[in-house]
Amino acid sequence: MSKAAIEGPPKGGFSFDLCRRNEMLLQKGLNAPSFLKTGTTIVGLVFQDGVILGADTRATEGPIVADKNCEKIHYIAPNIYCCGAGTAADTEAVTDMVSSQLTLHRHHTGRESRVVTALTLLKSHLFSYQGYVSAALVLGGVDFTGPHLHTIYPHGSTDTLPFATMGSGSLAAMAVFESKYREGLTRDEGVQLVAEAISSGIFNDLGSGSNVDICVLTKGHKEYLRNHLQPNPRTYISEKGYSFSKKTEVLLTKITPLRDSIHIIEGGDEMEE
Amino acid sequence: MPIQQANWSPYDNNGGTCVAIAGADYCVIAADTRMSTGYNILTRDYSKIIQLADKSVMASSGFQADVRALQKVLEARHLVYQHQHNKQMSCPAMAQLLSNTLYYKRFFPYYSFNVLGGLDSEGKGCVFTYDAVGSYERVGYSSQGSGSTLIMPFLDNQLKSPSPLLLPAKDAVTPLSESEAADLVKTCFASATERDIYTGDKLEILVLNAEGIRREYMELRKD
Repeated sequence: MSKAAIEGPPKGGFSFDLCRRNEMLLQKGLNAPSFLKTGTTIVGLVFQDGVILGADTRATEGPIVADKNCEKIHYIAPNIYCCGAGTAADTEAVTDMVSSQLTLHRHHTGRESRVVTALTLLKSHLFSYQGYVSAALVLGGVDFTGPHLHTIYPHGSTDTLPFATMGSGSLAAMAVFESKYREGLTRDEGVQLVAEAISSGIFNDLGSGSNVDICVLTKGHKEYLRNHLQPNPRTYISEKGYSFSKKTEVLLTKITPLRDSIHIIEGGDEMEE
Repeated sequence: MPIQQANWSPYDNNGGTCVAIAGADYCVIAADTRMSTGYNILTRDYSKIIQLADKSVMASSGFQADVRALQKVLEARHLVYQHQHNKQMSCPAMAQLLSNTLYYKRFFPYYSFNVLGGLDSEGKGCVFTYDAVGSYERVGYSSQGSGSTLIMPFLDNQLKSPSPLLLPAKDAVTPLSESEAADLVKTCFASATERDIYTGDKLEILVLNAEGIRREYMELRKD
C-alpha cells in the first residue's frame, strides 16, 4: 500500500508501478511479449523545389513479416509529412497526436503550419518519455520559410540535414545517398534517387522489404505516391491451386421446444408495489 | 566481484529453410539458397543440400559452419564404409550414422537442423527428420529451419497420413506424383518467403528417383 495520503488523478506519462512485478516475472522465466517493430528503411532529401520522403512497406514481428504493405509515411499537416521507424504503435500514435495538435494550432493562428513547430512538438514529447517511446522519425515539409528536412531520435534529439536515412536499412540507403546526392536535384532525379536508396534497403536489409512509397512536397502542392515501385511480386502461383476441406461434422441435432419450460401459476399473489 | 556471464557465443544462425517429401518411388529435397546473419545477407547463392551417397541427400539449416563440419565428417565416414563393405550406404544406414554423429557431440552440439531424404533398399522414398542432437524419425515429409513453422502446418493439411495408431500400419509416403510434389514444394517456399525474412533469393530442388538425381532452381523474392 502506498504511503501517500490521497493519490490524485494520474498526471500523465508512464506509471512504473508494475516494473518490479515484471522484473520478477522475467527472472522466473516469463517470455516477455514482443513488439511490432517496423524494421524499416526511411529516407528524406531536399531537392530544388522542396522535399521528397521515401519508405519501404514491411512491418516485422521478430523474424516474421506481420504486414507486407503497411504505410510508413504519416500525415502531419497538408504541407508536412513524417516517415516513422521503430515500434509501429509509437510512430503511429505520436504522429497522429502532433497532427491533431497542429490542426488546432492552425485554427488558432489562421496560418499554414511550420515544420519547426511539428519538430518542437515531436522532440519535446519524445524527450519527456526518456526514449521509452521508440519512434525514430524523418520529418519533412515545405512552409512559408522554405523546405525543411529533420531527423528525430527516440530520446528527443534532432538533426537538420539535406538528406537523411533512418531504420535498420539506413546504412544501405545512406550508402546510395552519399554516392549520388548533390544539391539542386530536379523532381524526377530526386524521386529516382529516393527510390534507389529505398530499394537498396529493401534488397540488402532483411528488416525492410516489399514496396517503395514516396511523398513529394513542394510549395503549395503534395504528391503521395503510394507503392511507387513494386519490385517484389510473388514468384510462384500454382496453376492447379490448393483446397482446404471444411473439416466440420454435424454430430448431433437437438431441438428443445421452449414451451415445455414455461408453466403458468394460476391465481398467484398480486405483484406488490 | 559479482559473477560474470559469458557474452561470446560460439554459435550464429545463418537462417534458411529445408523441406523433404517422400513419394512412392521418388524423393523431393529442397532448400532456399539465402545465407544471412542478423539483418544482413551474406550471400544469395549458398547451397544447403549435399549428396552423401548414391541414394541419400541431406539438407541442413542453422549454423552453416557447423553444417559444413558435419557434412565433412559424414562424407569421410561414408568413404570408409565403401572401402570396408565394397558398396554404397543405404539411406536408412546413413540416417543412423547421422544420428550417432550428432549425439556424439551431445554436450557441444552441431547447431544444424537436418532433413535426410532418399530411396530405401526397396526403392521407396524415405525422409528422416532430426533435431540438433540426433533424435530422428522416419516420416513421409518434413521441414526444418526458420520457415518450418510456416510450412509444416500447410504440409500437414495437404499430406497428413492417417494416424500411426491405426492398424494395419499404413504407408507414410504420399500418393502424389513427382510433378505434383515439386509443385507443392514450390508453393511452400513462395509462401514462406512472403512471411519469413530469412527465407528467399533462390530455391534449389533435388528430385531423387530410380533414374538418378534431377536438380531444379526457382527464383524467390529477394527482399
